[in-house]
This record gives sequence, C-alpha cells and structure tokens, in this order.
Amino acid sequence: MNQRLLVSVRLLMIVFVLALLIAAPAAAQTLAPAPGKAPATVKKWTAKTPDGQPDLQGFWTNSTYTPFQRPNGVTKEYYSAEEAAKLETQAAEREAEQTEPGTIADVHYDFTQFGLDRSESTHVSSVRTSMIIDPSDGRLPPVTPEGQKRQAERAAERRRMGATTDQVQNMPIGTRCIIMAGSGPPMMPAGYNNNYQIVQGQGYVMILTEMIHDVRIIPLDGRPQLPKNVRQWIGSSRGHWEGDTLVIETSNFNGKNPFQNGSEDMRIVERFTRLDADTIDYRFTVDDERTWSKPFTAVLPLVRGVGPIFEHACHEGNYGVRNTLAGARVEDAKKAGEAAAKKTTK
Amino acid sequence: MQTLFRGLMVVTVLTLVAATALAQAPAAGPAGQAAPAAAPAYRAPRTADGRPNLNGIWQAVNEANWDLLPHAANFGRVVALGAEDAVPPGIGWVDGGEIPYLPAAAAKKKENYDKRLTLDPEIKCYLPGVPRAMYMPFPFQVIQSKDVIMMVFEYAGAVRTINMGKPTEAPADSWMGWSNGRWEGETLVIDTTGFNDMSWFDRAGDFHSDELHVVERISAASPDLLNYEATIEDKNTFSKPWKITMPIYRRKEKNAQIMEFKCVEFVEELIYGNLRKPGTQPPPHN
Repeated sequence: MNQRLLVSVRLLMIVFVLALLIAAPAAAQTLAPAPGKAPATVKKWTAKTPDGQPDLQGFWTNSTYTPFQRPNGVTKEYYSAEEAAKLETQAAEREAEQTEPGTIADVHYDFTQFGLDRSESTHVSSVRTSMIIDPSDGRLPPVTPEGQKRQAERAAERRRMGATTDQVQNMPIGTRCIIMAGSGPPMMPAGYNNNYQIVQGQGYVMILTEMIHDVRIIPLDGRPQLPKNVRQWIGSSRGHWEGDTLVIETSNFNGKNPFQNGSEDMRIVERFTRLDADTIDYRFTVDDERTWSKPFTAVLPLVRGVGPIFEHACHEGNYGVRNTLAGARVEDAKKAGEAAAKKTTK
Repeated sequence: MQTLFRGLMVVTVLTLVAATALAQAPAAGPAGQAAPAAAPAYRAPRTADGRPNLNGIWQAVNEANWDLLPHAANFGRVVALGAEDAVPPGIGWVDGGEIPYLPAAAAKKKENYDKRLTLDPEIKCYLPGVPRAMYMPFPFQVIQSKDVIMMVFEYAGAVRTINMGKPTEAPADSWMGWSNGRWEGETLVIDTTGFNDMSWFDRAGDFHSDELHVVERISAASPDLLNYEATIEDKNTFSKPWKITMPIYRRKEKNAQIMEFKCVEFVEELIYGNLRKPGTQPPPHN
C-alpha cells in the first residue's frame, strides 16, 4: 500500500506538471473584449456529437479573478490589457499571502503549495471589470422591500442560532459538504478546483462538478419542471437547444442556499455556446422579482480544463467540521473552568 | 365424459408444448450455434455511434442491499422504527450461495454484522462503493458517450466515470474506484480497481480491503432489462473470486428522473450531534 501510495503521489505530480504545462498557454490567453453579443463575433463552432447535438463535451473550468460585481469606483466595462494583468498579479499575490506559514489562514492546507489556487491552474484571464453585464453598471439591481425584509430576517435568524462553531447546522453549506458555489446553478467559480466535465448522452446533458461530485442531469425532451412543492438544492433544470446554444431553465430551489441571498422562487436561464475548441461562452440571467427590481445577466467563459476529474469525497473526509466543533467545545470548557476558578478565589 | 376430459387434456398439453417451443425458438437459434452459452441472445438498440444503447434510468429491484446472501426476514436495528426497519427477506445473489472469506475476514464480517448499526457506511451517508451502488434501493442513470460512460446514482449523488478509451491506472484510492470499460459484443465489461477499504457490500457487514478488484459484465436482455454480474476479487479478504448475478430494471415512470438525495444534511446530527454546544438545539425540520 505504501508503495502504491508513492506511485499514486508520483502520478499525481506528473498530472500536476502536465496540468501546469497545459495551463500556461490557456492562462496567458486573454479573452478579447467582445462588445455586444460575444458568440456572433467569433467563428462558428460546428462540431456535433454522434447523435447531432452541438458538442460541449470535455473538461472545463470557470476559474477567474473577475469579480461578480464591478468594484466600487470602477466605471468602465473593460480594463486595458495592462490594467487587467496588473490586477491579476496583485490578486495572485494576495492569494499566496493568505497561506503564509504561521498565519491563521495557514491552518487550512496550503492550497497555493499544491497548485490549487487560480494563478497556478487554468483560468480565464478576462479584461471584464465584472461578470454582471446587465445592468450596465455591472452591479446587482436594487433589492426590493420584500428582499430587504427577508435578508434582515435571515440575518436575525443566524444571530439567534449562535456562532458557527456552536453546532454543525450553523456552519456554511460548503464547509458541511452539502453544496458549493461551483454546482450552481448558476455555476460560479470559487477559490480552487473549479473543474467540470460535460458528457452528452441520448436526450441529456450531464455536468459533473468536481467539488462534492455534484452532478446536474439536464433532460432535453421538453418535459415540465418538477411539481412546485418538490424543491432541491440545485433546483430543477430543463434544457433545450436554440440553434447551437444550450439553454437551461431552472426553478424549484429549496431556499436553503439562495444565490446572492435571493428567494426560493428564483428562476435562472443559463446559456452555453461553444465558441471554439477551448471556450464555451457561459451566461446566465437571474429573475427573482421577490428580491430584485429587475432581472440581471452575468457572463463568464468556460475554458478547456484538465481531466480526468478525481473523486471529491468531501463529506467522507470532513475532519474540518469535527475538529472545529471539538476545538470550540474545548475552548468552552476552558472558559467555564476559568470562570469557576475566579469564583472560588473570590 | 372421462374420455372427453382426457381428450381435452391431450389437446391442452400439446398446445402448451407447441407454444413453449415457439416461444423458445428465437432464443434456441443463436444459442445452439458455436457462440458461448453466456452470449446474450438479445441485440440491444444502438447509439448513434453504433454501440449497444444502455442509456436510461435503472434500478435493481431486490433486497441485496440488506444482505447479498440468501436470508429470511429479520428484526431491524432500531426498535422505534418497527416494521419499517425490519430486514426484508431475499433469495440471494451470490453464485454458490457463499462468500469465500479468509478466516480472519470471516471474523471481521461477523464483527461488522454485530456492530452494523454504527459501522455501516450507508448510515453516515458515505459513498456506497462498487458493486453496492448498483443495487442500492435507489435509481441510477447511465449517460453514454463514445469516450466515457457516466453512472449517476441518486443515493448520495454518487458518480462513476467509466473511461471507454485506453485503460488508465487509478491515480489514488477512492470510494467508487477507478473504472475502465470496454465492449465485448453486446456486453459492457467494466474493470474497476483503486478502491479504498471503507465501503461495504451490504448492510450485513460484507466488506473488502483496498485490494478489491471488481469486473462487471452488463448487457441488455430486453429493452427494459439488464443482466448484471460482478466478479469480486480481493486477496486480502477472499480465498477465491466470487460472483454476484442479478437483473436490473428500467424505471418506466413517465418523466422518470434522478432526483436529489443529498443525505449529508440528514446525518449531521448523528455524526456531529455530540459536539454541539450544550443548550443549543438543531434547527427544526419536518
């Protein structure tokens, strides 16, 4: 077993080096600003699966430093190439600092050391100042009064439940290995492991997210959504082709992990358009009148990633939750002991 | 009267014999040829790239997840759950009716069985491993492309990625193993290695080590039926390879789909409840 493990580690290292080699050109590529509708400006990609679907298959990543909302003080839609490169370098430096030995952040495993951070893996280098393209200011639309009330109630409920270390149910959903941002919808990049595999079978598109081995299976046969009372973490998705664009409509969220603090009645329309061998244009529109005064649209490309995707058995190896809670209980006992000692001395 | 009855009997028997012969005729043809007896007589519809089409939503409708071996109904593990937790009886799916455990492993299996309420990985929503994933009482979906066949399981959202290209070696051990597949005529043959030693085969404590090697053979027997067999080999645990055989059925409901069974949430109190801050309560659920 030890020898086998060694071999495995070596293999992983080879995979890792290969990944870096492949990542380098992709990381260097800067997606040119495409004013207006991006797909129209690029040569049409026509590859089809054997049963005639436009071919989206393969390994993809949406890793990027582009923020979801346009940073305060930025008024333009695109940076110059120089500005974008400088911002990316600065962000990568901050990421590396985050895991500087001896800092609290370093108690987490050092993801820069293992090449998991964005700068060391394949990612999209975009000159966009935000993923949001509509509204044109690159920011979320104003929150409705109902949305504001709900957000205040959620915050109050979180306070009532106590500290995140009081009980596992107070911890973030990702820490608990239930769902992470990458699964979506919408499929949003996180700090690391933003890897996907798309496989198309007869009548279905399947999207495997590396994190928590989450799978979306999207039927293309025009069937209705699940009944309204059946709600899921990833909602209920139905797809169809509009020309060469895969359109997925999702509703029926369970409201326990709402995207951007929206409501469980959020509807999301995602569009996947293959631009070339290495790029899918991915954009999505969120419609949730209970939370925002109008729908908003964001765009972030998927670029060709590196496979295969290995099993991410998150829950099975979740020592983080156990150790955090156990540590907090030790702290509690220590404090209780100190308090008791103080009382005795008095 | 008696003569008439006898006459009727003769006619009936003759009719039955003829009907049986007719029904068997198509199967008897190819089976009678040089082809091996195990070769499926049924030719599955093809995918666009010409392979047997195994796409669909499938489920083994049996009691193997409780115990792969022949077993009578039995008490459950949790008194409060009464008949809901009782073990449903099963006819058994192991060829020869016996799992050839090495002596130490037989003792371990017994210990697993005795402590199954706390040790069965299914109770903690852990990934089911292989072949257990194939006969959990949940459906799974096959999504078949030329280069890869995905199996997506409703239970715990488990996934198997079956590489149909040049075989590759497992980069590290995992719960669901590392699968390389190939077509042998009508049969999908999947060779899986790279397992960790943490999954079980059933709730009865049948287990394996990280030397587990599973070879599965899957072929369509009719449009809605798969023949499934898995040969299980593990030199640390078994004295010889052994085999399970079972049918797997297509889920025929209109709009059948794999739904979400993210069971982590359902087991958090069980796993981490002892670490909650005294005086706090889990959020209500119904």
